[in-house]
Amino acid sequence: MELWFTEQHTKNVRFSIKIDKQIYSEESEFQRIDIFESKEFGRILTLDGYVMVTQKDEFIYHEMIVHVPMATNHNIKNVLVIGAGDGGTVRELTRYKTIKRIDMVEIDKLVVDACREHLPQTACRLDDERVNLYYEDGLRFVRSKVNEYDLIIVDSTDPFGPGEGLFTKEFYGNCYKALKDDGILVNQHESPYYKEDAKSMKRAHARIKEYFPICKVYQAHIPTYPSGHWLFGFASKKYDPVCFDEQAWNSLNIKSKYYNTALHKGCFALPTYVNQLLENADE
Amino acid sequence: MDTLSQSRAPIYEALKKYKAKRVVSFDVPGHKQGRGNPDLTAFLGQDCLSVDVNSMKPLDNLCHPVGVIREGEILAAEAFGAENAFFMVNGTSAAVQAMVMSVCKQGEKIIMPRNVHRSAINALIVGGAVPVYVDPGVNKKLGIPLGMSVEDIKKAIKENPDAKAILVNNPTYYGICSNLEEIAKAAHEADMLLLADEAHGTHFYFGDNLPMPAIKAGADMAAVSMHKTGGSLTQSSFLLMGKNVNSGYVRQIVNLTQTTSGSYLLISSLDISRRNLALNGKAIFNKVMQFAGYAREEINKIGGFYAFSKELINNDTIYDFDITKLSIHTKDVGLAGIEVYDILRDEYGIQIEFGDIDNILAIISVGDRSLEIERLISSLAEIKRQHMKDSAGMFDHEYIDPRIVMSPQEAFYSNKKSIPIMGSENKICAEFVMCYPPGIPILAPGELITKEILEYIFYAKEKGCFLTGTEDLRIENINVV
Repeated sequence: MELWFTEQHTKNVRFSIKIDKQIYSEESEFQRIDIFESKEFGRILTLDGYVMVTQKDEFIYHEMIVHVPMATNHNIKNVLVIGAGDGGTVRELTRYKTIKRIDMVEIDKLVVDACREHLPQTACRLDDERVNLYYEDGLRFVRSKVNEYDLIIVDSTDPFGPGEGLFTKEFYGNCYKALKDDGILVNQHESPYYKEDAKSMKRAHARIKEYFPICKVYQAHIPTYPSGHWLFGFASKKYDPVCFDEQAWNSLNIKSKYYNTALHKGCFALPTYVNQLLENADE
Repeated sequence: MDTLSQSRAPIYEALKKYKAKRVVSFDVPGHKQGRGNPDLTAFLGQDCLSVDVNSMKPLDNLCHPVGVIREGEILAAEAFGAENAFFMVNGTSAAVQAMVMSVCKQGEKIIMPRNVHRSAINALIVGGAVPVYVDPGVNKKLGIPLGMSVEDIKKAIKENPDAKAILVNNPTYYGICSNLEEIAKAAHEADMLLLADEAHGTHFYFGDNLPMPAIKAGADMAAVSMHKTGGSLTQSSFLLMGKNVNSGYVRQIVNLTQTTSGSYLLISSLDISRRNLALNGKAIFNKVMQFAGYAREEINKIGGFYAFSKELINNDTIYDFDITKLSIHTKDVGLAGIEVYDILRDEYGIQIEFGDIDNILAIISVGDRSLEIERLISSLAEIKRQHMKDSAGMFDHEYIDPRIVMSPQEAFYSNKKSIPIMGSENKICAEFVMCYPPGIPILAPGELITKEILEYIFYAKEKGCFLTGTEDLRIENINVV
């Protein structure tokens, strides 16, 4: 039997993974949720037909979205995570003993329930006592918060669908207000390669730049995301991510598979065409 | 025809049948199912163009409906609880004009509040009826005109026993309703007809716990903008009639100015929307009310902004309030409504229906989702955080009592001259000046131009309101009698 999952990366490009079997399929209030079993990537979570995480390559995304800001400021105690229903981001955060509180705001409870049951690899630390789960709209949650967080991680879906509000000017402005004076905002920043993704990336960068004095972008290579070349946004009121205390992070002795402090320095060095896109993000 | 049920949509069904027959067209429109205009077809879609067709026996004729359009009208009348309903393809403006012109002839009086839409005064210019304005009163804090008090109406009836009809807004732009049952009673006792401009009242006919729809309250005619809150295409609307009205005569009045090439896109959109509201209206408007209630609560939590609601009710000039309307007072944030309206669009990519001097209005309807509601609320919170100013020195009233010197028709068709607005004080205005939206005239033909009105116009212009109505598109000159 030939059973293939196909994601349309652009109108003219498709990406397919051979599926062994379908584990889960539900329609929530917000989106369609599927979990597949595959030989090449293990279990795969898709939302509305778009790959969110796979067991094989999720470590790249989750390590990069968490360890870069955590290595930049060693005094991060209060963290807000928006989206991230699979739990992978929270899993990485819980490896830091210095963190006192992790508020995770996911709009779709069904995603969390499905991952707890079928993707324990990422959902395994959602019951950590420092974690508070809120099932609501991220935009709404952050509206009432002022000067409360050291770090906000926006681990969202693409800007079409339930994640749309997390790419808006009003969201970034509210995040700025919710962060302390030395706060950091890290977000899933789409891909620079395909035209439509690049448009979202430019738009997000232009909007974040309106609020934060330090705005950088870093990259990682994620095999199952469109083009495989993925970006993260790093915005901060005080800290430059490239000037950080390497030794302090290495002494924490956190075992990682993708992230290391040499890569941390290098990941902010971007291809020329990406730099050009970002420089002209306002257009 | 008596077996028709609300789950039917006769015009839509006839169009589908027509399409399936693949009829060869040697008829207008010349684009012939879109083939003759590939760019337009690519833009609007083949499905859309294939039903952009001419009247014909199987599809009936809007000017003289005896087939599927008539069936659609019967279903619409039933859905709205009216005796008769007409499909209108030239906007609710045409419906308002048809109401006025079918009850008032040249020189006859009609009682109305001054905060009517320009379409009502247009009808006076065309038909020659004379307005008797009732001051709707104004809420000073919010700067909004209110509904009509029953006492004021009774007084106007007593002073003008020869008037033919009373026209009311149900609701006003801001969601305010008058006591229509009492007004209908008073009108009928004096042998006058009651007409309702329900451009913003479609949902009253379908939702629970909403203000009373005009026809139910005893109004004789109502103009209902199905496209505003009911989901049909822009420009499509219903004209409803009660049993005191000779609908055949009204049809003749409609046909005086209505196109003879009624668009089937508009007509079928009315048919399908009527079916949707008849079948699902309660649930749809419950959701709309929840959204609006939630948005109001959250916006009032931000502080500064005031999203007003039923607390305004005073059993007289504010007899009821339409809670689906999200009207927000912005003055205490130090911003004019029009400024918030512009910031929302230019900086946050959010288009709301209008902003005037003190308020903004966001339409919440059948098409909304909580995602967009959250964006609106959060954007307002950000606008307050980043733009809040001292509100001292801001204009603090909205309604200016007009001084009518001659009838709108007489003034409009008089010998006019164009003079600079700056120097027009104490002249008689011969055209309209209004902010659009909402399209409620600041000055109408036949009214005296006062210093107060000029100050208002300059302030509105300075704040960025989109002024319209004058022959001079730059609004620097004005026609006076």
